[in-house]
Amino acid sequence: MLELIKNTIDFLSQPSISLTMILVAFPFVFPPTEKFDVWHRKLKLHKIWTKQGGLIGLVFITLYFFLGFTDEHFSLILKKPDNVPIIFIIYSVLFFLWLSMYQAYENDKRMAAGEPVAEYYPAKEKVLVWPDLVFIEFIALILMTVFLLIWSIALPAPLEQAANPTLSPNPAKAPWYFLGLQEMLVYFDPWIAGVLFPSLMILGLMAIPYFDRNKEGSGYYSFAQRRKSIFIFLYGWLVLWIFPIVVGTFFRGPNWNFFGPFEEWSVAKVVALSNVNLSDYIWVKMLRIGLPSNPLIRESVGIVFILAYFGVIPIVLARGKLRALLEKLGPIRYGLIVFLALAMMLLPIKMYLRWTLNLKYIIAIPEAFFNI
Amino acid sequence: MTDASATPTPSEAPAQEPEQDSAEPIERKSFLSWLSVGWIAFAAATGGFFTMMGRFMFPNVLFEPPQSFTIGFPDDFQIGVVDERFKDSRGIWVVRSYDGLYALSTVCTHLGCTPNWLITDNKFKCPCHGSGFRKSGINFEGPAPRPLERYKVTLTEDGQVFVDKSVKFQYEKGQWDLPGAILKV
Ligand code: FES
Repeated sequence: MLELIKNTIDFLSQPSISLTMILVAFPFVFPPTEKFDVWHRKLKLHKIWTKQGGLIGLVFITLYFFLGFTDEHFSLILKKPDNVPIIFIIYSVLFFLWLSMYQAYENDKRMAAGEPVAEYYPAKEKVLVWPDLVFIEFIALILMTVFLLIWSIALPAPLEQAANPTLSPNPAKAPWYFLGLQEMLVYFDPWIAGVLFPSLMILGLMAIPYFDRNKEGSGYYSFAQRRKSIFIFLYGWLVLWIFPIVVGTFFRGPNWNFFGPFEEWSVAKVVALSNVNLSDYIWVKMLRIGLPSNPLIRESVGIVFILAYFGVIPIVLARGKLRALLEKLGPIRYGLIVFLALAMMLLPIKMYLRWTLNLKYIIAIPEAFFNI
Repeated sequence: MTDASATPTPSEAPAQEPEQDSAEPIERKSFLSWLSVGWIAFAAATGGFFTMMGRFMFPNVLFEPPQSFTIGFPDDFQIGVVDERFKDSRGIWVVRSYDGLYALSTVCTHLGCTPNWLITDNKFKCPCHGSGFRKSGINFEGPAPRPLERYKVTLTEDGQVFVDKSVKFQYEKGQWDLPGAILKV
């Protein structure tokens, strides 16, 4: 029985399956439109954001980790000093997600009933910054220091042999907060996954006040009033950032192969893969004439594909579904938003292409170190 | 939504006349010249700092292992075997195939980790993002965009294999056919 559960979890944890499940469930859990909201309520998913829902979620995650700690393979990963923060991260991310969604849903209920939001009422008790707040902060600071001291003594950083450039540990993992980036590097060239995407993330986050001019929901929690913005943000935060960190921590083992959480990290696990570039597919497998020698001709299909992705889709959307957005925000804001959204979609698209078609690069010009 | 408007804000207090300082008022001209002195000093200090930083890029002594060396006689290497003896000390794998003998760089072409030779799977596998390379150095799985680089191999006069790491041969540039990329033995 227990074995069956573990094997099922192992199977479902494969990135191709778990990401699909998350992507499918996402609009139902965080409905971006009214239509999804109907389903959201039919499926009773709004119950997650109540006190009982939060409690049940907490119990489930704790059970999962409990199962992990009793498992000989999973416990090795969980107890690794490096991974302790990730257990914290899972709990705290989910807790704060629940907390804000809980307050948002409460407020939505109030607003639907015509009452003012919770934040409207002044706090019952007021304290002074000095001395009350500063004291609380000071105590928090001391407690945090004590906590960090105890943590660093109880789980000391491993002292390893002197650095040796010819020896990469297997698996070689980045610090936990970079594991999401490392996971992206599996699918992209270093300059994209390590430079372009992080810059886009930072610039995109900085540009939120420029894009989002919705005055509703300012100063109080609300989901119904800003469905789409919250949906997009949570997609970026949970699916593109937290999920890859979890995958990189728990599911990537020796030789950067994928391992289910309860699976043994065996160096001998063989995953036969043979990744092929789009140009190979086209010129060798479909046209059977061999690769042209000029890289630009060779990669022309991929180049057209990428240009169309970023050039044509925004125009098509502007004529159709997103016309209202374009009219509201003007062409520059609209163009930037759609560009960023398309870039956010490129990661899962590339992942799926890798998993299903073994596609290595859409554009592959290794001569110029330009691969997408 | 909060009652912030209930508390008086400082801006409502009557604006005060700027205090007449008892000290000498600073003249516009001397202020400007002090400002330029300050900026020049700042720029000089920063410039000096960065010059010194830049100096560190060119160390007096470089402890680099020699870039060219002999690794023994061709017959020391068996056909079909990836020789790992020089991985740690020289950063190369020596492979002898039926075509000849070549020296592969141990630097992954993706982001520069050191792959491992997996004898059972007959491939080089990078522990960082999972790139795989065949015995020839050709990349076939994972994100590595190009094959491992090869170094120049020649024979010395007394018949030993001589590796020159300063000359590289890259497959994607069609350099593996050039003389020196493989030693016919
Ligand atoms: S460095 Fe080798 S796969 Fe990324």
